[in-house]
Amino acid sequence: MKKRILPLLLAGAMVAGLAACGGGSSAKTETKAAETQAAETQAAGETEAAAEGESTGEKELKVQIGPNPETIDPALNSAVDGGNMLLHAFECLLIVDQDGVLQPGQAESWETSEDGLTWTFHLRDGLKWSDGTDLTANDFVYSWKRVCDPMVAAPYAETVLGMVKGYSEAIEGNLDALGVSAPDDKTLVVELTAPCSYFGSLAAFATLSPVQQATIETNGDAWATAPETYVSNGPFYMTEWEVGSHITFSKNPYYRDADAIKLDKLTFQLIEDANAAYSAYQNGSVLFIKDVPTEEIPSLSGNPEFFVDPIIGTYYVNLNNDKECFQDARVRRALSLAIDRNYVAGTLMQGTYSPASNFMGPGWIDTDGTEFMANANGGKPYIDNDNFEANLAEAKELMKEAGYENGEGFPAITYSTNDSGYHKVVAEYLQQAWAELGIQLDVKTVEWASFTPMRRNGEYDVARNGWVGDYSDPSNMLDLLYSTNGNNDGKFNNADYDAAMDLSRTTLDPAERSKALHTAEDILMEEAGCIPIAYYNDFWLQSPKITGSWHSPYGYWYFMYADIAE
Amino acid sequence: MGKYILKRIVLALVTIWAVATITFFLMNLVPGGPFLSEKAISPAATAALEAKYGLDKPMSERYFTYILDAAHGDFGDSLKQRGRTVMEIITTKFPVSARVGGIAVVLSLCLGVPLGILAAYKRGTFVDSLFSVIATCGIAVPSFVICTLLMYAFGVRLKWLPTLGLEGWKGYVMPVCALAAYPTSYIMRLMRSSMLDVLGQDYMRTAKAKGLSQKVALFKHAMRNAILPIITYLGPMIAYTLTGSFIVEKIFTIPGLGGEFIKAINGRDYTMIMGTTIFLATFMIIMNVVVDIVYKLVDPRITLK
Repeated sequence: MKKRILPLLLAGAMVAGLAACGGGSSAKTETKAAETQAAETQAAGETEAAAEGESTGEKELKVQIGPNPETIDPALNSAVDGGNMLLHAFECLLIVDQDGVLQPGQAESWETSEDGLTWTFHLRDGLKWSDGTDLTANDFVYSWKRVCDPMVAAPYAETVLGMVKGYSEAIEGNLDALGVSAPDDKTLVVELTAPCSYFGSLAAFATLSPVQQATIETNGDAWATAPETYVSNGPFYMTEWEVGSHITFSKNPYYRDADAIKLDKLTFQLIEDANAAYSAYQNGSVLFIKDVPTEEIPSLSGNPEFFVDPIIGTYYVNLNNDKECFQDARVRRALSLAIDRNYVAGTLMQGTYSPASNFMGPGWIDTDGTEFMANANGGKPYIDNDNFEANLAEAKELMKEAGYENGEGFPAITYSTNDSGYHKVVAEYLQQAWAELGIQLDVKTVEWASFTPMRRNGEYDVARNGWVGDYSDPSNMLDLLYSTNGNNDGKFNNADYDAAMDLSRTTLDPAERSKALHTAEDILMEEAGCIPIAYYNDFWLQSPKITGSWHSPYGYWYFMYADIAE
Repeated sequence: MGKYILKRIVLALVTIWAVATITFFLMNLVPGGPFLSEKAISPAATAALEAKYGLDKPMSERYFTYILDAAHGDFGDSLKQRGRTVMEIITTKFPVSARVGGIAVVLSLCLGVPLGILAAYKRGTFVDSLFSVIATCGIAVPSFVICTLLMYAFGVRLKWLPTLGLEGWKGYVMPVCALAAYPTSYIMRLMRSSMLDVLGQDYMRTAKAKGLSQKVALFKHAMRNAILPIITYLGPMIAYTLTGSFIVEKIFTIPGLGGEFIKAINGRDYTMIMGTTIFLATFMIIMNVVVDIVYKLVDPRITLK
């Protein structure tokens, strides 16, 4: 009889064995987790101690800015969460300060030749990598050439180096053709094919961070995945990356300005779910979260820990200019005027966006350093959002002029969008708003990965779109509507617009360039080449304990000079 | 038995190949690609990326290359998580999911089986009804609701348990409970009905007539026969639970494998889609073979052919 119990035991053992199996193979991870825990308990204790005034222990700031980043290789990153990490791990030739002004970074000074074609950067003395080895101008030459390497396939290569001499040969594989050279260890010379007044901003762009040749040649693409091989030159260097859990950066003792860095550690908690991030913030596990659940926003208004701050970017709607019904500018203008943007941004988007009156919103910088928006359209908004009734009446009038009175004879159109954030709410609103003009709008919701190529290939009538700037020069966004631009999803094609943009690229006179850029926006708004809806903001929760951090209109938070106060 | 296992292994290989083939062609039929972004990257950069990962080659060539490499154990690099191989991602993330899932499986068996027996034994009483209500809730309430409620109660309000990560035993409590809720309830109900079936059998009356104690009759004679449906259920359940849950891992910020299945598909990370699919299929097939063998051991009347 006893024998028969055996199978039952076996059945039990099967389950137990499996569980043990899972546990066994992960012994390493477990140990690591245990160590981490020990380290963190210690760190937490020390932070508390520090908070109590015994400034003996480690100061660790824990923040949430997004889930596990796909990559934190400066050349490969194109995401804003990765960008936020790169900002703390690397330092470019130049940096952008709290007021948005370019300042010396790894370079202590720089100059441009008279024809605007040669930029020379002079590096500081005694620059070092986080492993203690010397950093020279040749490291920049290597890094910039690497960005062009077709085997690296950097998504931002053209944006940041497209105007450098020899770029087109470099991306074909002839890296040495790139017009970047180091006459000595402390000088970097860049030759351009056309003047680029905002090249300084690009020299501060994370894609052009220096990366160490030695570690990349030894470890390949994997160099940017492990703390041991992730050599950097910024205020912090990576000391831990537990995929999907957290990335910890520690103060880099070799950083040129290390004395000014107060934090010992900066940890990015890789929380994916907004509600989980909010819970972590509420119970104090993190002092900062970027992903605030939208349903919490009404209850957070007025809370001093809740911040809303503009970033350079606009949420807009594309009308497919290839479709016959949208070829009449009056129709496009009417569709634009029939939108109550104050309602969309303030009510539907819960104030997390700001109503757009122009295409270029706040934060873009004109050639003389003033705000581009303030100089646009003679200082007046293109669309008067406070006068919606008048706008709507004008819209109806325009439709009548175009021969579609009350929408008669206008075909039913489809609005395509993916379903995240406020996209669907906006779609439903447009359905309602354009019905006022007698237009029937159907909404088609598509998964993001299918939506993006669909929009790019022009397989839509109306589609949501948006752009967040990479640098504050207006060309970064105005280029989108250039007839041959890869991001011109609306297929807007206007010769005058293209001519204005061409002029802005070639002229060396800042005033003329500014005028050309404003002319382009004038044309765009008059022709309603696209329909701006709202300006993007970042909104986040931040504990008052964090001092000395700031947010930039590029969507970055600077924690390098932050401190944790009592 | 040896012949049977050999046969199953051959069959398993064919099945895995079929799964891989179907997945490969289906995923390539879906629009989109791994190198998309809101901001279009230049055609040159896209072309360079495609060339780097061999996506510029014709589909049939890519298919044969992939199958050949996979047969040699090379599942390629992830197209999205740059610098990491598919194998590396699965081998670092699976143990995390398996640990949480393994505890959940054990817990659901330890709770589900005895409670199911008790419910059957106390059939029609208050206890039975109570268990029935609990089990219905456990099956009907989706896991994200359970997760959110647990998180709110124990993480945010009471602050007894950490809301993220798996640091220390406390970190396991909520994810394990959330994962175990459904299988526990399911096992409880399955056990109850199968037990009721068995209790009505003649041999149970005989056992009672010959004076066996309740305990012996229940646990030695009835349970042995009643447990078979649970074993059938256990195979796929273990495979699913150990490979992680997207929702539970997302809410509790657990660096497990569950999310990779969904993220790979949403991001069109072709190599990851293939890797995770083949991994789950293999695991599932192995579990089914194990179930068959355990079946035979529990009930010698069953012959494996």
